[in-house]
Amino acid sequence: MVTPDEVFNKNDAVSNSDEMRAVLFELLSQVEDPEIPVVNIVELGIVRDIIVGSPVQIILTPTYVGCPATHMITQMVRDKLDASGFGEAEIKNQLSPAWTTDWITTEAKAKLKAYGIDPPAHSHTLSELKAIATCPRCGSTNSKLVSEFGSTPCKAFYTCKDCLEPFDKFKCH
Amino acid sequence: MNSSPNFIGAMIPAKPETNFVLRCADNAMILGQRLSEMCGHAPELELDLALTNISLDLIGQAGLLYDHVQTLEKLAPNADVLALTRDQNAYLNCLLVAQPNVDFAHIVLRQYLFSTFQKRQYEALLSSSDETLAAIAEKSLKEIAYHIRFAKDWVLRLGDGTEDSHERMADALDCLWRYSGELFEKDSVLAAAIDAGLLTDFTDKYEAWQIEVVALLAEATLTPPDDTHMLKGGYQGHQEDHLGHILTDMQYMQLKYPSLQW
Repeated sequence: MVTPDEVFNKNDAVSNSDEMRAVLFELLSQVEDPEIPVVNIVELGIVRDIIVGSPVQIILTPTYVGCPATHMITQMVRDKLDASGFGEAEIKNQLSPAWTTDWITTEAKAKLKAYGIDPPAHSHTLSELKAIATCPRCGSTNSKLVSEFGSTPCKAFYTCKDCLEPFDKFKCH
Repeated sequence: MNSSPNFIGAMIPAKPETNFVLRCADNAMILGQRLSEMCGHAPELELDLALTNISLDLIGQAGLLYDHVQTLEKLAPNADVLALTRDQNAYLNCLLVAQPNVDFAHIVLRQYLFSTFQKRQYEALLSSSDETLAAIAEKSLKEIAYHIRFAKDWVLRLGDGTEDSHERMADALDCLWRYSGELFEKDSVLAAAIDAGLLTDFTDKYEAWQIEVVALLAEATLTPPDDTHMLKGGYQGHQEDHLGHILTDMQYMQLKYPSLQW
């Protein structure tokens, strides 16, 4: 991986900014979600953009407006930037377009499933709020909603009626 | 401890736009606080989680809205002081949100009436001339969809439930219906905010809202009282004692230790 110093020392302005952007995305993908540590904030779609300029701007978006992890994520990004030679970078929070679970990458959805969380359905189901929950352990769709609101704002709680295991479902948003 | 009077209270908004955003912030804050009283007290663990999650969403909205009020008119040294240290009659929430948690029937009906109203109000903000406000509304509407679903399911289940649950829902409706008129009232502040392009006129959705709500209530075997005298005034700061009781709890730390930081 290219280090921040190596990027700064290059002369070619164009490749410099592209490369720096890639370095920063790579850097921020080391920041785990504080609630679900198997996924990082880039693949969750929380890092909306990185604008290379002076200063560098990191654009973040909150998942839920009251999610306590939002402040923690901002602090973790700050710490990561400071520790990696990007202390000058600015962090901006942007609300619009509103975060959607459709921005979670396919890879991250697979990680959620392996972690025992049924990944979100496509957001077009939001209007009906009738997403089918699939047990992340046995794959059965024969499940029962236990609680519409779970341990974090982003999850609902189900029980599989086939393997009888309880599981979280990432709510579509 | 710094007991500077600057850290208690806030100025009254001069612009109707600020006043309107403060109303939205206070609605979210006061209902969020009211719901948070249920933490550890709901009838079941799952309902405890639901009520506190909805509370969290609302307090999140309030945080963004108070921050935004401060950018429109700096009413207080910071958003916390604005949110947490005003006198009772400087709060501009509608009366409905401060109504007490009498029982679970009151809680879910209050939520249903409020969230279905809030959905229409926030939809009217999506094309706002104020981009931040539109973004807050866009973001919050996704969460409101879940609030409505939760409240609606329980209104149906309890209204069309046992004799006891039906009676409790009927009692809640008798108590709360009189606060529904204020939600869609167009006073001079709201009219000026609409004229300024802050939001489209959602008050003409009152009838459609009533039709939708009355239909759901009918499905729940409930009928709103006839010819109710609608109670209003919260948006103008004429608050009932219920808000005072919320504030004694909500403001305790900030008034005891002004300018405190966590």
